[in-house]
Amino acid sequence: MQLTVWTYEGPPHVGAMRVATGMRDLHYVLHAPQGDTYADLLFTMIERRDHRPPVTYTTFQARDLGKDTAELFKTAARDAYDRFQPQAMIVGSSCTAELIQDDPHGLSLTMGLPCPVIPLELPSYSRKENWGASETFYQIVRTLADKERKPLPAVGENGPRRPRANLLGPTALGFRHRDDVAEITRLLGDLGIDVNLVAPMGSSPADIAGIGEADFNICLYPEIAAQACSWLERTFRQKTVKTVPIGLLATREFVSEVCAVAGLPVPTDLDQGRMGWWSRSIDSTYLTGKRVFIFGDGTHAVAAARVASEELGFKVVGLGCYNREFAREVRAAAEKYGVEPLISDDYLAVEEAIEAAAPELVLGTQMERHIAKRLRLPCAVISAPVHVQDFPARHSPQMGFEGANVLFDTWVHPLVMGLEEHLLTMFREDFEFSDAAGPSHLGHASAPAAPAAEQAESEVATITAPAPAPAEEGGWTNEALAELGKIPFFVRGKARRNTERYASEHGVTTITRDTLYEAKSHYAR
Amino acid sequence: MSSASPASGCDAPPVGVDGILRERGQREVFCGLTGIIWLHRKIQDAFFLVVGSRTCAHLLQSAAGVMVFAEPRFGTAIIEEKDLAGLADANEELDRVVNRLLARRPDIKLLFLVGSCPSEVIKLDLSRAAQRLNGRFSPNVRVLNYSGSGIETTFTQGEDACLSALVPDLAFSDEKQLMIVGSLPDIVEDQLTRLLGDLGISKVVSLPARKAGQMPGVGPNTKYLLAQPFLAETGTALDKRGAEHLPALFPFGAEGTTAWLHAAAQAFGVPEARFEQVIAGPRERARKGLALYREKLAGKRIFFMPDSQLEVPLARFLAGELGMELVEVGTPYLHKGHLIDELAALPPGTMISEGQDVDKQLDRVRAARPDLTVCGLGLANPLEKEGLSTKWAIELVFSPIHGYEQAGDLAELFSRPLHRRDLLRV
Repeated sequence: MQLTVWTYEGPPHVGAMRVATGMRDLHYVLHAPQGDTYADLLFTMIERRDHRPPVTYTTFQARDLGKDTAELFKTAARDAYDRFQPQAMIVGSSCTAELIQDDPHGLSLTMGLPCPVIPLELPSYSRKENWGASETFYQIVRTLADKERKPLPAVGENGPRRPRANLLGPTALGFRHRDDVAEITRLLGDLGIDVNLVAPMGSSPADIAGIGEADFNICLYPEIAAQACSWLERTFRQKTVKTVPIGLLATREFVSEVCAVAGLPVPTDLDQGRMGWWSRSIDSTYLTGKRVFIFGDGTHAVAAARVASEELGFKVVGLGCYNREFAREVRAAAEKYGVEPLISDDYLAVEEAIEAAAPELVLGTQMERHIAKRLRLPCAVISAPVHVQDFPARHSPQMGFEGANVLFDTWVHPLVMGLEEHLLTMFREDFEFSDAAGPSHLGHASAPAAPAAEQAESEVATITAPAPAPAEEGGWTNEALAELGKIPFFVRGKARRNTERYASEHGVTTITRDTLYEAKSHYAR
Repeated sequence: MSSASPASGCDAPPVGVDGILRERGQREVFCGLTGIIWLHRKIQDAFFLVVGSRTCAHLLQSAAGVMVFAEPRFGTAIIEEKDLAGLADANEELDRVVNRLLARRPDIKLLFLVGSCPSEVIKLDLSRAAQRLNGRFSPNVRVLNYSGSGIETTFTQGEDACLSALVPDLAFSDEKQLMIVGSLPDIVEDQLTRLLGDLGISKVVSLPARKAGQMPGVGPNTKYLLAQPFLAETGTALDKRGAEHLPALFPFGAEGTTAWLHAAAQAFGVPEARFEQVIAGPRERARKGLALYREKLAGKRIFFMPDSQLEVPLARFLAGELGMELVEVGTPYLHKGHLIDELAALPPGTMISEGQDVDKQLDRVRAARPDLTVCGLGLANPLEKEGLSTKWAIELVFSPIHGYEQAGDLAELFSRPLHRRDLLRV
C-alpha cells in the first residue's frame, strides 16, 4: 500500500476516458461502481466541455453484487448502443469491476452489438492514466485501421499531390493539446503538407479506418501515441516523426525531420516567431544562469530543460518526471545537464528536491505551483496535471514557433524583470524601496503592514529595524543579518543556508559580515 | 406534477402506489468518500484514511480542489497489486501505513479507516484492523472505521456512515440534554446553539463535536434534532442508545428553522410566549432577507436531480417560502420516517423520484425545460449549453445554508444563476 494525498495521474480508465472524450461517435461502456462518475467533472469543469463525456457507467451497488452484475453490464451496453448509436464502442472495467471479474470482453462479444466493440484490459492496480490512454488509443487503432487503405499515389491525374501526415496523440484533458494541434497543422500547411487525420482528438472511428492513407505519422505526445505509432510503422510502413516540437530549436529540428520524411526541401523563409530575438535582447541578460528546477511528464520536462538551458540561458538544477514509462529519456537528459534525475510520483519527494536545489524558478505541474508558492519561489506550469486556469480561452500553444513565444512570456513573467530587479537591489537600503516598505501606491499609512509581506518580508522587517540584541539565534551578528537582508529575497534563503553550513563546517560560532562573504566565495558557482 | 411526464419517446415512469417514482439505472452521483472533504474540516483532530485504489485518491483530489495542497487530514492508502495477492499481506501493509502516518502526525487523536469499493469487494476487514490498531495506539489515538464506498453509500451518506460509527463509541450520559446531529459550519452551529440556549434549554451538544475528545455523551435523557436529512443510520444508532428523535422540518428558511426550534421547545417544555419572544427577531430578519429573492424566484420552475438527500427539504423551502414551482424532486434515497414532516409540507402532487436512470431523467429535464435545474458538476455545463440554467448542487453541501441568518444566502444561491442569465449579453 502506498499512502497518498495527491496523485499526478489518475487510474488507467481515466486515460481511456480521455481518448473516448477526445473522439467523436465512439462510446465507452465502463463497468464501474456508483461514484466513479466523478471523472465526468474533470471534462465538464476543468476542460469546460459543453457535452457529457461519451461514457456509460454500469454504476453497480452492493445490492447488485449478490445478483448478476454481468447482466447489468449487458443492459448498460445495449441501452448505450440504442441511445447513442456510436460507430464503435470500447468496453472495460474500472478498479472495482476488475476485482469482481465479470468479463466485459466476452459479454460484449456474445451480445452481437451491431458495431465494432473494442475490449480494454487496463490493470488498475499497477498502471496509471497515461498508460491507460496509450493502451486505449493503440487498441482502437489496431482494431479499426483498415489495412487495405494505403496512401494514394504520389502523382495523380492533377499532378503531384501534397504529402499527408497523421497528427497522433492529442486527447481530451491534454495540456494545451487544442492549441498545439492548431499550431502544428498551420506549420505543416506552410511546409506544404496536409493533415490526413488528427487522432484521437476530433476523429471518429470511421476516420481512424483511414489512418493508413497518410504518408507518415507525427507522434506529438509520445506518452499517448508512441505505442500506436510503432504499430503503424510495422503495419503500414509509415515513418514516425519523433521530434517533439516544443521550443525554438526543437521546432527547427522538427521542421527538418518532417521535410526529410516528406521528401520536401526545408524552407529558408519560415516565420520563426520572436522568441530568439527576445532571448538575445539585453533585457534578458539577467536571465543568464538563473537556477531552474523542472518537473512534469517526461516529454514536457525534457523539452523544457532544453529550452531553459539552450534558449534562455538558465541553469538546470533539477529535472524529473512522474511517469516512470519515460524515466529513460529523463535520465539521459539529466545526465546532459549534470543533475540527479528525479523519477517519482510522490510530491513530497519533489518538494524536498526543490528545497535542496534552491532554484530561482520552478517549472512544473499544478502541484509544483503550490510547492513553489509555499517556498515563495516564482513558478510556471509546463505540464499536466493542471487546473482550470491552464485550459485558457486564448490561443496558447506550447508547440511550434508560436509555442516558443508563449513559453518565453510564461516563464519569464514570474521573474522580476531585469531593470526592475537591478533598481530594487541598488536602492534596497532606501527607505521607500526597502523590503519592509509596502507598495507606495497603497499610501504610506499602510506601509508597515502592507501586503508586501507576501514576499516573506516579515523576516527582513525585523532585521532592518534596529535590533538591540548583540547576536541572534544561530550565531548571526546583527551586522551580518543586516547584510543578509540586502541580498535579494529569492536567493536569501540559499545564502543563509550556505553561510550556516560554512560556519558549522569551519567551526565558526559567530557569523559576521565577513563569514557571509567567505561562505559566498567558498560556494561560488 | 403532470408537466413532468415525458412528452414523447420514453416509457411512462414506474410510479409506485405512494406516488413516488423509483428508478434503477446509471446514477450520476458521488460516493460517500466525498463526505471526508467537509468532515475533516469539522473534526479538527481527526484523520480520514481511505483504504482504496488510485481511483479513490483521484476522486478525493478532484472533489477537494485546492484543499489537497493544504496538508489536509485525509489520505488514501492505495491498494497495489501485491496487496491483492494475499489478504494477510494487506493487513500488514495497512499497519505499516498507519504507523508511518501517526508518527508523522502526532496531533491526530481520532483515525477513521474508511472503506471503499475495492476494500469492500476484497472483504478487507477494516473493523478488525481498527480493533487491532486500537490495541496498539490507545489511549493516544482512537481508531474507528466506516464505509464510504460507492457500492454502499451515495455522497452525503458518507457522513451518515461516519457519524453512526461514532455513536457506539460515545460515553453514556444520563443528563437531560439536546443533541444537534449532523455536521454544520461552526458559525451556524453557534447560532443555532445560542438560540436553543436562549429558549432555556440548558444543555445543547453537537454530534460531531469539533474535537475527538469532546464528543458528547448519550443516553435515555438525550433528545436529538437532526440538522441534516441524510442521517438514517446515525438516527438508528442513537435510538439504540436510548436517545429520542424529535421529528421536525429541517432548518432551511424562516419556516423550516422555526419548526425545527419549535420541536425542541415543545420537547423541553418551553412556554410558547418565550419561544415567540426569542425567535421573533431572527425570524423577521430571515423573512426580510427572503423577500428580496421572492420577486425573482416566484413562479420559476425548478427540477432537482438526485445528489445529497437535501433535495426534499430544499424543494419544500423553495416552494413554500419563495413560491417556486417544483417540476421533479429527485433524491438518491428517501427516508420517509425522517422526512415525514417535509413530505407533508410539499405542495400536493409534487413529483418525487428516488434513485436514478440518468439518461431517462435528462430526457424529462429536456421535455420540461425548467427555469432552473439543480444537478452535479458532470451535468451542469452540458445542460447550460442546451440553454437550461443550472445550479450545481455540491455548493449546497459546502456552504452555510441552515438557520435564520443564512436563509437569504440560501435563496441567493438559487437566484444567482437566473440573475446572471439576465445579465449576460454574450
